[in-house]
Amino acid sequence: MRSLVKNGYQPVNSPVDEGSKRRWSFMEKLFLGLSPREYLKQAFKNPLNWVLGAIFVVGVPLIAYRFIFGLGSVTHSSNDYPWGLFLGFGLFVMVPLSASGFLLGTTVELFGRKDFKPIERLALLNGLLGYLFAVIYLLVDLGQPWRLPYPMVVAWGTAAVLFLVGWHVAVYLTVQMMEVSEAFFEWVHWPMAKRFIKRITIGLTIAGIILSTLHQGALGALFTYAPTKVHPLWYSQEFLWIFFFTSSIFGGLCMIIAVSTVVKKTMAWRCSDEWMERLEYQTIGLAKGASMALITYFVIKLVGVAHDNEWAYLATGWGQWFMLELAGGVILPFVLLGYGIRNERIGIIRLGAFIAVAGIALNRLNTAIITFNWNLYQEIPHLFEVIIAVTLFAVYIATYRFLLYRLPIVYAWKPLPVEVHEKETERAGALGGLRQPSAAYQEVSLID
Amino acid sequence: MEKITRRKFLSVSLAGAAAGAFTMSGKALCAGNFTGYPEGMGVLVDLTRCIGCRTCEAACNREQGLPEPAVPFDDTSVFEQEFHGGQKRRTDENAFTVVNRYDQAEGEPVYRKIQCNHCNEPACLTSCFVNAYTKTKEGAVIYNSKICVGCRNCMIACPFRIPAYAYSSATNAVIRKCIFCYDTRLKFGKPPACVEICPQEALVFGHRKNLLKIARERMRVNPDRYVDYVYGEIEAGGTAWIYLSGVPFEDVDFDTTLQKEPILANAQDFLSQVPMVLAIWPALFLGIHRLSTGGEEDGDGKDDHSDTEGGRR
Repeated sequence: MRSLVKNGYQPVNSPVDEGSKRRWSFMEKLFLGLSPREYLKQAFKNPLNWVLGAIFVVGVPLIAYRFIFGLGSVTHSSNDYPWGLFLGFGLFVMVPLSASGFLLGTTVELFGRKDFKPIERLALLNGLLGYLFAVIYLLVDLGQPWRLPYPMVVAWGTAAVLFLVGWHVAVYLTVQMMEVSEAFFEWVHWPMAKRFIKRITIGLTIAGIILSTLHQGALGALFTYAPTKVHPLWYSQEFLWIFFFTSSIFGGLCMIIAVSTVVKKTMAWRCSDEWMERLEYQTIGLAKGASMALITYFVIKLVGVAHDNEWAYLATGWGQWFMLELAGGVILPFVLLGYGIRNERIGIIRLGAFIAVAGIALNRLNTAIITFNWNLYQEIPHLFEVIIAVTLFAVYIATYRFLLYRLPIVYAWKPLPVEVHEKETERAGALGGLRQPSAAYQEVSLID
Repeated sequence: MEKITRRKFLSVSLAGAAAGAFTMSGKALCAGNFTGYPEGMGVLVDLTRCIGCRTCEAACNREQGLPEPAVPFDDTSVFEQEFHGGQKRRTDENAFTVVNRYDQAEGEPVYRKIQCNHCNEPACLTSCFVNAYTKTKEGAVIYNSKICVGCRNCMIACPFRIPAYAYSSATNAVIRKCIFCYDTRLKFGKPPACVEICPQEALVFGHRKNLLKIARERMRVNPDRYVDYVYGEIEAGGTAWIYLSGVPFEDVDFDTTLQKEPILANAQDFLSQVPMVLAIWPALFLGIHRLSTGGEEDGDGKDDHSDTEGGRR
């Protein structure tokens, strides 16, 4: 791609071809304005595609194998560790990293911080894909994936925390699809649909924050069912849901810093100049929010230890592991972010964000797998289980990239040039007699 | 975005309140201090009487139509088996009850039978998001495998690590566990197969409240034979199956650190916040929105285009 752009190629970023003033067809948009042959050529040149391809060659047959021969064929069939990597990583790690959608939605739409507008769509997309793939991981893990809608339509287990998680993730996934669809409607040019979404943005955003508060917390509350299995240092009957919610705040913010860094480094050709220019400012802003969440989280974790009087556990091996998690996953990124913010060192902030993302992943894996059954034995996941988890993550990366290449997420979709638009509205007006051309003209700036 | 009218505000709040009410009604079904059905049946297991003959395992296997095991039931070599980290055998998809041997420093080994304890307020039941589990009035905890989604949350929740999962099945991967022989026996007032066959009368079937009296009576008559505790009377809200032992319970792998309250009590801290969040958040965040944008809908006029320079909307 980089060499193509150097030679003057401009990827599709508007409804019409700049040269011929002709509208792009859907297929042309899909191929980014390249011919299929050119598109394939650049795809083969991209080394990431070869890596992804290699993972798929091994992993996709294994996924088929899992569905033909059952979960026991790819895991250790442990009745003591009912939840392995698919949920431990796929659900419990992906969901907090996807808090970005509701966080930036709230910042921009509710708190009116329009200066974070450029990165809002990336945050929304990151949220949507994270949840979508959490559900996909879940489908691979469930014994009867085709019964996933049962808690909605067949039988309600209203007293169960998982019931709340199921409903909220389903509803929130819908909300996020609607939020991201604004970019999609621009891309396919459905201005009416886009305007409808804009009208209900506030409602969607508030729904998002309610649902997120509850299900981010609920994932933590799920472990209150296992008081004798989760290690006391990671367990807190009263606060576990608050720990999970608070850590999802810096998880989501740091994930966006991390993802935007990857986007900037690997697909600069797709980013608009404006998006690139304003990224540093926004990164600092996100880092400020994340560092506040980090230090708050650290304090309440200490409160948790004090509340249940678990100081004695800190002297054990598990205690050292606990302190390592907090020092490496919370304090270190906090220090790095703080230093980066003070000295405007974006590189340091980004490093801190990556570490915080790893830290939150470690915390969830610790709670769900590593310290689970701490007084029984430690389970090492089956090799096939690891490969399938990696494969699904590769599908996630491929999907993420596919959408970023196309939808106006990190670049702006140019409005329809006035002359093309006028011609079309006149035609519409003549056909339906619904709208006077002069009235339509006043609205030109709204249609894009 | 457009102005938030009072009507819109109210409708959002009402939706939240309705959702809250719904959640609360769900909780009401299981709140309170339910300590089991008054006529609930149970089994008293006396560890001092068990000789490890495994006929209960065989009877269970036959009664439930389970596949024949690799090692026959009269082979005591299974007691030597060790799994991850020195663990003994446990229940799985093809064995709803197992007996384990615990060698003692002096004297005879102690045998312990494991199966579902049929809790008064079962953790599996309250953690199930499709309500697949039922606590029957006879005391059994049964489940509907027709609606089990296979999420395995009940296995996480069960403090006794009883529910097992049909890992070997691709098309019918569901939870499997002891059901107190509900369908074939308990429903008709008959004792489960394992109790009926026990040659040592180590298992006694009866009303739970009577079994507690029998247990106390045995301890009173033979104080040297038993440790002074009935396991299952109060653990996790109490269980239908209760135990007497001659050795400390923790020595034969009973979890003596278990809480006395039902497991559901732990999740109630969180669940009780749910209706509050649903009801308060809409008003709170709409309020913050209006405060931070100065009462104007967008803070900077109605044209969304002019608020960011350049092409980005």
